Amino acid sequence: MKTLKLLLACILLVSTTAFTADTGGYKVGDVATDFELENIDGSMVSLSDYKDAKGFIVIFTCNTCPYAVAYEDRIIDLDKKYAKQGYPVIAIMPNDTDVKPGDNMEAMQARAKAKGFSFPYLMDKGQKIYPQYGATKTPHVYVLERTRKGNIVRYIGAIDDNYQDAKAVTTRYVEDAVDALLDGEEVSTTETRAIGCTIKVKA
Amino acid sequence: MKYAFFIIVLVIVACKGEQDQKLESTQTSQKPEAIVPQQQALPFEVYDYDGLVPLITKKDDKVHVVNFWATWCAPCIKELPYFEQIREDYKGDGLELLLVSLDFPRQYKSKLVPFLEQRKIGSEVVALDDVDQNRWIPAIDSTWSGAIPATIIYKGNQRKFYEQSFSYEELKTEIEQFLN
Repeated sequence: MKTLKLLLACILLVSTTAFTADTGGYKVGDVATDFELENIDGSMVSLSDYKDAKGFIVIFTCNTCPYAVAYEDRIIDLDKKYAKQGYPVIAIMPNDTDVKPGDNMEAMQARAKAKGFSFPYLMDKGQKIYPQYGATKTPHVYVLERTRKGNIVRYIGAIDDNYQDAKAVTTRYVEDAVDALLDGEEVSTTETRAIGCTIKVKA
Repeated sequence: MKYAFFIIVLVIVACKGEQDQKLESTQTSQKPEAIVPQQQALPFEVYDYDGLVPLITKKDDKVHVVNFWATWCAPCIKELPYFEQIREDYKGDGLELLLVSLDFPRQYKSKLVPFLEQRKIGSEVVALDDVDQNRWIPAIDSTWSGAIPATIIYKGNQRKFYEQSFSYEELKTEIEQFLN
């Protein structure tokens, strides 16, 4: 009887710790998964396709979230500035498109064309990738550094500190992180919070 | 006389350029009051985080429900009627509901005001206008990633934070725990 109780306690302990370890996604310092996701041009895109990249600015974003829209121009600017330095932007649309038809492939293509996206805009079809990263909202940024061990998460959070007005920004979190990595330095601010739209899933 | 004063205020407000507005919003952290006067015509108060704090940390013995939402947030709009219903159903228990809108300030008049009127929102509504999200999001709750809807239920020192959508039943279950 005693051993049975002990066994039960053990099972309980294991199951609860397993649950807590499951949530939350990546922390800074973790190795981020690669993926193979469909781009708006119909091609499949993986991080490993980028032979010369030093790292990536992975941004979970979408068409329909006002916060994501407010940051579109700044996302384009990030790619313009950093793709040539080895840190391209990889945009991933994580929403379920039945819940948000405004984020379906046609809508993504139209939006990318209208705004002149210079970076891949990928569909997280089946919604397998965003939970692994631990993205909870759009926009949600992960700066990855390519190392021999894999793509290490170096920064998680917001693009900058003013969603309302690009001109009033005082701290550019993503730029600061990538600049530090390019200089071979530690990223000083590794995590920030910002309001965003929940990633849409079927109820 | 009252009207004359109002007109003067209106003229002063109208004459203030965008430059002044920006200046004011940067100064708001020093004065934890509603960000006035250019929004005086709005049917709700606008606060920065410091101004909001007293409203979400009331030290009475009532159950307080604080819901962070926005008109652009579809799951927020969906659950709003449940919050309004809860407020009605638990009025007798002294429950207080505060709806904190995170709408974009430039859409207060075009989106938020018409929404509140059309839906006949009877609950207390305030707007939070504070761009320094990296300061106030973790200050409100260390676990909040920033997605909305998000809700706080508290009573005295007992406090729970939810980064999730609610059904009426789920909300009721949580409220009951604070009442007993």
